[in-house]
Amino acid sequence: MSGSRAGWIAALPLGAVGGGLAFTVLALPQPHPGLRDAVLARLAASGVDSPVTAVLLNFRGYDTFLEIAVLTVAVVGIWSMGPTPVESGDPPGPVLELLVQVLVPFMLLLGAYLVWAGSHQAGGAFQGGAVFAAALVLMLLGGAPLPEWLGRWPLRVLLTFGLLAFAAAGLGVMLAGHRFLEWPERWAGLLILAVEMAAAISIGTILAAALRGGRPEPR
Amino acid sequence: MTAADLYALTGVVLFVVALHAVIVHRPLLRRIMALNVMGSGVFLVIGALARRAPGELADPVPHALVITGIVVAIAATALALALMLRVQAQTGRSELPPAGRA
Repeated sequence: MSGSRAGWIAALPLGAVGGGLAFTVLALPQPHPGLRDAVLARLAASGVDSPVTAVLLNFRGYDTFLEIAVLTVAVVGIWSMGPTPVESGDPPGPVLELLVQVLVPFMLLLGAYLVWAGSHQAGGAFQGGAVFAAALVLMLLGGAPLPEWLGRWPLRVLLTFGLLAFAAAGLGVMLAGHRFLEWPERWAGLLILAVEMAAAISIGTILAAALRGGRPEPR
Repeated sequence: MTAADLYALTGVVLFVVALHAVIVHRPLLRRIMALNVMGSGVFLVIGALARRAPGELADPVPHALVITGIVVAIAATALALALMLRVQAQTGRSELPPAGRA
């Protein structure tokens, strides 16, 4: 079968799928408040002022916890595929080196700010972690070698720190008689900020490691 | 027809077009990219549906779902790309053998 004919044959049922989806989307009742009012009613007890952060880190903490677990597992999968591919030779130019020196400190500061800002406006662990990852990737592209001290265990600690801190916080509140990941109202703000900071550091490391691809070889 | 409806329909179109690309194209990189576009379509639909809430503030729960979804999509893409490179290193080709021939 020629490629274009297969394309047309596949297009017919897909058109029906698209039509059905479009009809469903338009047929949904609106206006509809969804879960917004339920979230707003409990926002004061969540420890943060941003509704999205309250959902992510408090009401639906399980989602975020397991999401960091997914990220960690993805890196384990990538590393299990073999060592880091050998870089092709070209050394970075002076512009990139200067850019790394100027930008990276600001990016680290911006990432930390985004995590902190997440408690009252747009921002949070993933946005901050993405900026951390960008800074790390920029450093890797600039030819910065993996520091010797980061070698084996410290790097793995950085990768799993977010998941472990999240689990530790979730289990810790159980000692005080709460359920797993059920933050006590008094400590919620502090716990969320601590968990988000730890998560952002790990997310940054994980994304950079995923982009690097492959397990770094011990020297 | 509100602006949110338009966004949701755009998301549906992205999803369907990319699903078509996943089915029709053989190179793995194209399929991985198409899967990403499919995911973006889904996120656009969910984000648009959050705007059905009356008043200024959108429903925060779908927004949180989308943030989670984006991160999981990134992780899946990175793993898929690593698998693709592995297939390429083993077979010299960046596509899977045709069905029925292992």
